[in-house]
Amino acid sequence: MSTILEINNLKKTYNSGDRHLTVLEGINFTLQAGDTCAIVGPSGSGKTTLLGLCAGLDRASSGSVILNGVRLDNLSEDARAQVRNQYVGFIFQNFQLIPTLTALENVMVPLELRGERNVKREAMDLLARVGLADRHDHYPTQLSGGEQQRVSLARAFSNRPTILFADEPTGNLDEETGDKVESLLFELNREAGTTLVLVTHDLELAEKTQRIIRIKGGHVVSDTGAPEATHQPYGSNIS
Amino acid sequence: MSDTKPNPDKPQLNIPWLLKMAWRDTRRSRGRLALFLSSIVLGIAALVAINSFRDSLQLAIDEKARTLIGADLVMGMNKEPDSLSMAIIDSVGTLGKRSDENRMMSMVYFVNSNETRLVQVRALGGEFPYFGAIETKPKEASRSFREDRRALVDHNLMLQYEAEVGDSIRVGALTFAIEGALHRIPGQTAMTAAVAPVVYIPRQYLPETGLIQRGSRVSYYYYYDLDEAVQPDTLGKKLDPRLEEYGMFYDTVETRKASMGRSYDELARFLALVGFVALLLGCVGVASAVHVYMRDKLATIGILRCLGMSGKQAFLVYLFQVMGMGLLGGIAGAALGSVVQLVLPELFKTFLPVTVDAYFSATAATQGVLLGVIVSVLFALLPLLSIRQVSPLITLRATFEHLTNQKDLLRWAVYGLLLGFIVVFSRWQLGTWWQAFYFTGGVIAAFLVLALLAKGLSWTVKRFFPTHWGYVWRQGLANLYRPNNQTLLLMVSIGLGTALIGTLFMVQRTLLSEVSLSGTKNQPNLVLFDIQNSQRDQVGELTKQEGLPILYFDPIVTVRLEQINNLTLADVRKDTTLEIKPWNFTREYRVTYRDQLSDSEKTEEGTWIKNQYSGSGRVPVSLEQRYAERIKVKVGDSLLYNVQGATMPARVAHIRRVDWNRVQTNFQVVFPEGVLEEAPQFHVLMTRSDNEQQAAQFQRKVVENFPNVSAIGLDLILRTLEEVVGQISFVIQFMALFSIFTGLLVLVGSVNVSKFQRVQESVLLRTLGANKKQILGITLMEYAMLGILAAAVGCVIAFGAAWALAVFSFEMEFVPVLWPLLVIFVVVTLLTVAVGLLNSRGVLNRPPLEVLRREA
Repeated sequence: MSTILEINNLKKTYNSGDRHLTVLEGINFTLQAGDTCAIVGPSGSGKTTLLGLCAGLDRASSGSVILNGVRLDNLSEDARAQVRNQYVGFIFQNFQLIPTLTALENVMVPLELRGERNVKREAMDLLARVGLADRHDHYPTQLSGGEQQRVSLARAFSNRPTILFADEPTGNLDEETGDKVESLLFELNREAGTTLVLVTHDLELAEKTQRIIRIKGGHVVSDTGAPEATHQPYGSNIS
Repeated sequence: MSDTKPNPDKPQLNIPWLLKMAWRDTRRSRGRLALFLSSIVLGIAALVAINSFRDSLQLAIDEKARTLIGADLVMGMNKEPDSLSMAIIDSVGTLGKRSDENRMMSMVYFVNSNETRLVQVRALGGEFPYFGAIETKPKEASRSFREDRRALVDHNLMLQYEAEVGDSIRVGALTFAIEGALHRIPGQTAMTAAVAPVVYIPRQYLPETGLIQRGSRVSYYYYYDLDEAVQPDTLGKKLDPRLEEYGMFYDTVETRKASMGRSYDELARFLALVGFVALLLGCVGVASAVHVYMRDKLATIGILRCLGMSGKQAFLVYLFQVMGMGLLGGIAGAALGSVVQLVLPELFKTFLPVTVDAYFSATAATQGVLLGVIVSVLFALLPLLSIRQVSPLITLRATFEHLTNQKDLLRWAVYGLLLGFIVVFSRWQLGTWWQAFYFTGGVIAAFLVLALLAKGLSWTVKRFFPTHWGYVWRQGLANLYRPNNQTLLLMVSIGLGTALIGTLFMVQRTLLSEVSLSGTKNQPNLVLFDIQNSQRDQVGELTKQEGLPILYFDPIVTVRLEQINNLTLADVRKDTTLEIKPWNFTREYRVTYRDQLSDSEKTEEGTWIKNQYSGSGRVPVSLEQRYAERIKVKVGDSLLYNVQGATMPARVAHIRRVDWNRVQTNFQVVFPEGVLEEAPQFHVLMTRSDNEQQAAQFQRKVVENFPNVSAIGLDLILRTLEEVVGQISFVIQFMALFSIFTGLLVLVGSVNVSKFQRVQESVLLRTLGANKKQILGITLMEYAMLGILAAAVGCVIAFGAAWALAVFSFEMEFVPVLWPLLVIFVVVTLLTVAVGLLNSRGVLNRPPLEVLRREA
């Protein structure tokens, strides 16, 4: 199995005037292809910041992020965007569909960005897979929250990502809808063999992954389910 | 799964897809985009209309060039030709046919209506015009009047004095039968016809009219229909040095075309500039609209960035949208401009010497479309540039600072581009670089003042916030400085629009008040000129008999200047570094002599000559200040005048400032008493009548008793001037309408844009229990403050600009007429508030949830 994500001694600090706020520090872990991992922790613990850094949405203050063999912290924003387009899929709590595009067009965007042609059929197949083939020409505002998240799922898998990052994927949905979306997410992930990293408050959801990394106050406090070889000496971080 | 590694150096742009994305992304914003583009439509329409009209006019002038002067060559002079001049006139006459014409201002008497009027009498002999026609009703009158004692009379005069063909008109001492109504003379505009209406008489009767007396101002014109072998321009150029020496001038079809092209081009340039200001105003609208539009698009850009779109690609998506918007605006503007230009020939016909048929100018339309794209892109570039820096993190945290904090040097490049564009464009419209720099400087100054004031307002409100005021007032005031406020954009766009409109109104009012000022009490309102020496006492007596005061009664002597500090005409021609124009030597001066300064004169330098000239040494003379500057002399310098054949050495003893705006006889050169008394001279008398009846009766008596003396009422001059200024200002106002409507559109657009900012919090307030009245109060407060301040500053700028134009450009005393500014101030403020309130209707009348869903 190959390493998909490698996080080394990651630190993130925000500066506001004279104040320096460290939101993440001393984070180390590695994920192999096909792994599923949940990052859990209380509000303000730094889990979303960690997801952003892992996905190349932000730059670390120090340490490194290596995604699919590409070291992200040395790349420009545009180069990181290209990495995201090639290897990464995203699912957001608030769906983040583009309001001016139909469901189908939203799913097509990552492929079109790659310059691929004749992507409509592929996108339609994905929409059919999430049960929304007949709603393909609807705009996000014409869809319910669950439907929007299913479109978002289709979009996330459309570029055949190596790794999928999900930020509270069911956080904005009622329980029943959330369960459906959850099942669909794991199902699609299994089929595609994609590495999955999800950030959640929901411990029930987290337990469906192979590995759970707990964060508190910007530090990793536990890492359950991690393969022996990748266990890191957390030192003082371990509670 | 792809194994390709990213190549950061070679991002794929995929232009066709970006274009598709740009189109898709407009789906929910097309209404707003249409409003944005509408703000440039009128500016472009104004420019396309004016430039199309310019092309149409040029074409008309080219097509009808020969009819503009009615001959191959015209020679003329403003004094009686001497034997040398006559030799040239006759020698050219051997090269073809010749017609002679004398022009002079004189009174005519309409026998039927028993009224008099000052007109330009043209005594015509020969077959002129050789090309085109003197248009008359009946048509044949233009030829038949020459055969007998018959006259052609300006058709407007005939209407005014209820004269008809066959009626009598007295010109000088002779009565003529009116043969026809005069409608158009080759090369003459309706405007000049209105200022000096023409009466044609056959030249053979001129001596009998007695109009040519000593000192009479008569012009001599000679029209030639040259043989085909003779090139008029070559001949004109060959004769030019001699003609200039004898104080003569010439005109050919080509010289007339060139001079006419120049003067109409200047008018068109000025009007195009008014259009350009409208366009600039629209550009402010575009910039502000795109700025807010981009802010609304941040989330979408964040998502696209997250999915792998590069900054450049995101930038291009929105650049294409703006280009499309500019293209549509340009096309709409070009189409509207092409329609508007159809009415321009009608609008301008008073000023035009030829009938202009409007035609579609592809060049002007293409320029308009291109301009639409260029200005939209240029003025949208600043907000567009920030797209490149939108962070994808916005997808995870809505509260995240959306833009990365990189310093963007490209912003400075954009500022440079904007500045360069305004300079180059205004240079294109105005013709000279210094004018372009002045114009650009003025525009930037106005922008800066308004921007600084907006910043100052936000700061002041924040710094001295009235914490004890009621909630509605506090909320309304706080909207002026809170994040996403529209203070800067609204202040600049509303303020600039107000400044422009205000300036136009002020200038127009100042020009008109300048004219009407002359009609105030105790100023003369009746002038008698061409009074001969022998008639002096009798005219004075008649004036007194009619109960009219003699306010001024000045002798006038015609002189010419031969030397300035021993420099002759030949010297100044040879050495152009002297910067003395040759015409200072070739023209005639009408001078006077007296022993005291008039009340419109003030000593600038030297000593006024009170005493009679002693008879020894150079004659001490007083010069008007600007004239002295023109001929480059100061007190003590020597001059040599030619007083109708006799040379007279003089020295500059006194330089005085003259208020030319005063209605009285003013002179460039004043001699002391005891020098010119015996020289051939005529007199000008100025008086004041209390009413029109008295003036008309006096004028009639003057014409009856002294046919050669002309009397003109200043009320007629005032009426004519008012008409002329009115027509000019109508044209300017017509063009200003484009700015006014653009200003309104920008206002609607800006307020509408701010609606998207305000609607969510208004809805939130409604949700929390705020009632209609409170929301209305908050909105009213915010827009009233913005409207009042922007309009007030705009008015102050307008006041300054109008002052500068009056003093530096029109060189006249600035008369502050404030009421137009007050009206503009009130209207702009009310409009701002009204548009602001209208835009809030949606929030006020619907349930909050519905609004939130609709605006989401």
